[in-house]
Amino acid sequence: MSEPILIHGINGPVVTIKGKTGLGMMEMVYVGEQRLVGEVIGLDSQKTTIQVYEETGGLRPGQPVYPSGGPMCVTLGPGILRNIYDGIQRPLPAIEKRSGAFIGKGANVPSLDPDAKWDVTLTVKVGDTLSAGQVYATCPETPIILHKCMLAPGKSGKIVWTAPNGSYTVNDVVAKLETATGEVEELTLCQKWPIRTPRPVETRMGATRPLITGQRVIDTMFPIAKGGAAAIPGGFGTGKTMTQHQLAKWCDADIIIYVGCGERGNEMTQALTEFGEITDPKSGRPLTDRTVLIANTSNMPVAAREASIYTGVTLAEYYRDMGYHTAMMADSTSRWAEALREISGRLEEMPADEGFPAYLPSRLAEFYERAGYVRTLDGQEGSVTLIGAVSPQGSDFSEPVTQNTKRFTRCFWALDKALAYARHYPAINWNDSYSEYTSDLAHWYYDNVGQDFLSCREELAGILLQENSLMEIVKLIGSDVLPDDQKLVIEIARVVRVGFLQQNAFHKDDTFVPMEKQLKMMQVILHLYHKCQDIVARQVPLSQIIQLGLFDKVIKIKYDVPNDKLEMLDDYINEINQALGRFLNTDYRKGE
Amino acid sequence: MILEHIGLSQINGSLVVLDDVDDASYDEMVELRLDDGSHRVGRVVMIEGKRIVVQVFEGTRGLSLDNTRTVMTGHPMEIDLSPEILGRTFDGLGRPIDGMGAIFPQARRDVNGAPINPVSRVYPRNYIRTGISSIDCLTTLIRGQKLPIFSGSGMKHNELAVQIVQQANVSDGSDFAIVFAAMGVKNDVAEYFKSSFEKANVMDRVVMLLNLANDPIIERILTPRCALTIAEYLAFDLGMNILVVMTDMTSYCEALREFSSSKGEIPGRKGFPGYLYSDLASLYERAGIVEGKKGSVTQIPILTMPGDDITHPIPDLTGYITEGQIVLDRNLDATGVYPPVSVLPSLSRLMKDGIGAGYTRDDHSALANQLFALYARVQDAKALASVIGEDELSPADKRVLKFGKAFEQKFVGQGFTNRTMEQTLDLGWELLGMLSRSELDRVDDAILDEHYKPATE
Repeated sequence: MSEPILIHGINGPVVTIKGKTGLGMMEMVYVGEQRLVGEVIGLDSQKTTIQVYEETGGLRPGQPVYPSGGPMCVTLGPGILRNIYDGIQRPLPAIEKRSGAFIGKGANVPSLDPDAKWDVTLTVKVGDTLSAGQVYATCPETPIILHKCMLAPGKSGKIVWTAPNGSYTVNDVVAKLETATGEVEELTLCQKWPIRTPRPVETRMGATRPLITGQRVIDTMFPIAKGGAAAIPGGFGTGKTMTQHQLAKWCDADIIIYVGCGERGNEMTQALTEFGEITDPKSGRPLTDRTVLIANTSNMPVAAREASIYTGVTLAEYYRDMGYHTAMMADSTSRWAEALREISGRLEEMPADEGFPAYLPSRLAEFYERAGYVRTLDGQEGSVTLIGAVSPQGSDFSEPVTQNTKRFTRCFWALDKALAYARHYPAINWNDSYSEYTSDLAHWYYDNVGQDFLSCREELAGILLQENSLMEIVKLIGSDVLPDDQKLVIEIARVVRVGFLQQNAFHKDDTFVPMEKQLKMMQVILHLYHKCQDIVARQVPLSQIIQLGLFDKVIKIKYDVPNDKLEMLDDYINEINQALGRFLNTDYRKGE
Repeated sequence: MILEHIGLSQINGSLVVLDDVDDASYDEMVELRLDDGSHRVGRVVMIEGKRIVVQVFEGTRGLSLDNTRTVMTGHPMEIDLSPEILGRTFDGLGRPIDGMGAIFPQARRDVNGAPINPVSRVYPRNYIRTGISSIDCLTTLIRGQKLPIFSGSGMKHNELAVQIVQQANVSDGSDFAIVFAAMGVKNDVAEYFKSSFEKANVMDRVVMLLNLANDPIIERILTPRCALTIAEYLAFDLGMNILVVMTDMTSYCEALREFSSSKGEIPGRKGFPGYLYSDLASLYERAGIVEGKKGSVTQIPILTMPGDDITHPIPDLTGYITEGQIVLDRNLDATGVYPPVSVLPSLSRLMKDGIGAGYTRDDHSALANQLFALYARVQDAKALASVIGEDELSPADKRVLKFGKAFEQKFVGQGFTNRTMEQTLDLGWELLGMLSRSELDRVDDAILDEHYKPATE
């Protein structure tokens, strides 16, 4: 070993070392006697710059820096699910056991519990050849997720020894592999992977299947594909976190990675307790069985916040490689960008837009491009869907993080303060939001939901658009002066807004709505609209129709029709026909 | 032996630079002894080999390059704590200034604290009553929450702060105390705070920290940290429910900006340092409840929005960290409504889990929703009335407008009275009585049956 590396300067989370050190770029290091985790972020012949992932108070110049020999890695293996990690994959429950309710420094805890036993089944036998990504052992990680131990990318060879099936810890050797060069490698249940390197795949495929979320405004109006990327921008109090929580709870991905990146501690606690209480409608198991939480709250070290996004997406890719559909929610990417800015400032880099470093767009692109629907090395289909919340400063969507995120995501759910003030949740503004996946998913909707789904959706969007332009007039001169057919548009748009787009996350039926019900609700609303159009065209005053209370009844469908009794919706069509038939008949007799 | 470093290499604003120091650690406290016998304290903020940068809390006036000897203390900024601090008044660094002598310490704590492990947090439930209807009913303050008040210069946030300190209480009879930190307040305002607390006889449950407008800014940066360390001690060591009122956070942020620019850091938005968010978070996130401990830390930071601009970095970043906000409105203030709480943009994120049966009353949530929704309609009606005139409004809109007026005058504008939760909720129902039952679309029939009584005119 060469001479020890010693600290020279300290400024916040940035530590510098003088002279040449032999450390590599992006190498993980342990700083000081407390062995704080850090990463090399700058190298020249004069000095090495390290960002430290923990509080640097108490460090002194002259204290040693220990190299780790490799880049910042996560440990991948059974035991990730149900766990809750900080930004650099240290399990928070284990840290709590060690240092109590407040997070101490230099807490080096293994990412995966070294004592937990897993019920392992070997899927290879001696003599089998194995290539990268192929599975050699499986174990049930939770009752609903089968964990598959895969040969790490870049490796291949022949199995020369296997352990019998049985229970093993993550570090036990379960098989031995002879590589082409004749070396024998021991295979355990876990592997390491650098967080900033995307895991390789066989091919990327088109994103043609939607991620069903049970949220009407998303599934129907602005759908996201499995393997897609979406942004949720919104000022504070517009319900970003609430929307993210709803997606994490109800979307039909196999694995959820929820990254609380620089957000509130109490919110993470809420997620923690709620996810444990709610059962997954598909499996009947607690949601935690398919969830990993990464909590790097706003008061935890800023450098670890920067890493948390990469930690999360690497875990997502790992499960994708097993052939699962994973979805990662990052709340919020603005905090991540701010961490980038903060560190960039400490490095005295030249700032670009609003003090953010000039490489912000390329970092964002790198991150969002890790989403995708792929064929894995093992020939399976899997996907990583990324949903990033953005917290624009001053709710101004023209700021750099929102603008750049827009460039790299194809789905944009703009949250609106005015809607949130009116307690209209999810406060996704239908005029500003868009989804480029709609046409990619058209086939799927046609085949799996209904042939008229897309036409219904378009008509609904058309009504909202018309209302938007009519409201300009109403704001100026009141609604009384409008002709009845336009008043009808405003009335039916209210039904669409309140009865369809607005969704109550605290109502047992309304919190998650299956696609069939979404379609039928649209059909009922549009049926009502078409009938009323007919009647209004026959000069029946709209006020008479409104008196029947049909509009309010249709608005309440979301509460009144349970998700498992969709046939009740046909009664609504009948009721509308009956109630309105009177007008049609009257008019018919007059015509004679 | 204590090593003294003689002389300084450079003085720049509140920062001094020392060369040839080899025993400094980052963030440690130093003591500067002047030749005239006085001494000041400072903190290491940057180390570059043997050169260290120290921020001096009391300012550098009177320092010269050779009249100072510096001693490294070897530990970070700490504060003396004991159960007797209740009822005492301290300066911005936690040193007693009420002439009642020094604190006999039972514990010493690092003022920077440590982040609470999210796993160890307990999700906040149950509430703190402030006696102010607009807060108690519509933006209920939950134990363990951080709920800021966004005000503006000239509005009555100081009066509101005093009223909250005087009236705040918990309903279940557990120990309750208040830590009041004033940052950058004017001398007469500090006097007003002190005399009001004494007059209301609440001083025995208040710990006061005063950093005046002409005190050094570095001290101001540490004031909220001292206050929160005191709060954590009282809450988690002594098991009390603690409410921390911090005013004015804008002064704090400006002190931080001044300090940052004197260090020569690259500024972010409006000259504030890029780490303003992380810095504010390190304060606000110290609110909470910890598993296995009896107490709780609740925060009400008060800030004045520069130019009443809610998108200014200080309120903006605060809003992103805190769990809701209470916004004061200049128009209400001008029309004499006190407290001038602007109901629509105000929000308490944790409220839904801390109210209702078992905490306040089963109808609370529905009532609050209905009042919100109706008041939103009041705004629409007002906007319409300003275009077509009040006389042209439909009878329904006129009724709503009348409700709005009564709501602002009676419910929001309660003046310096202390209302119980029952009184507040009953008043809400009384106001709803001005409208017809069919207009109350956010309330279940069962609750309406129990509480709705049409007003008799």
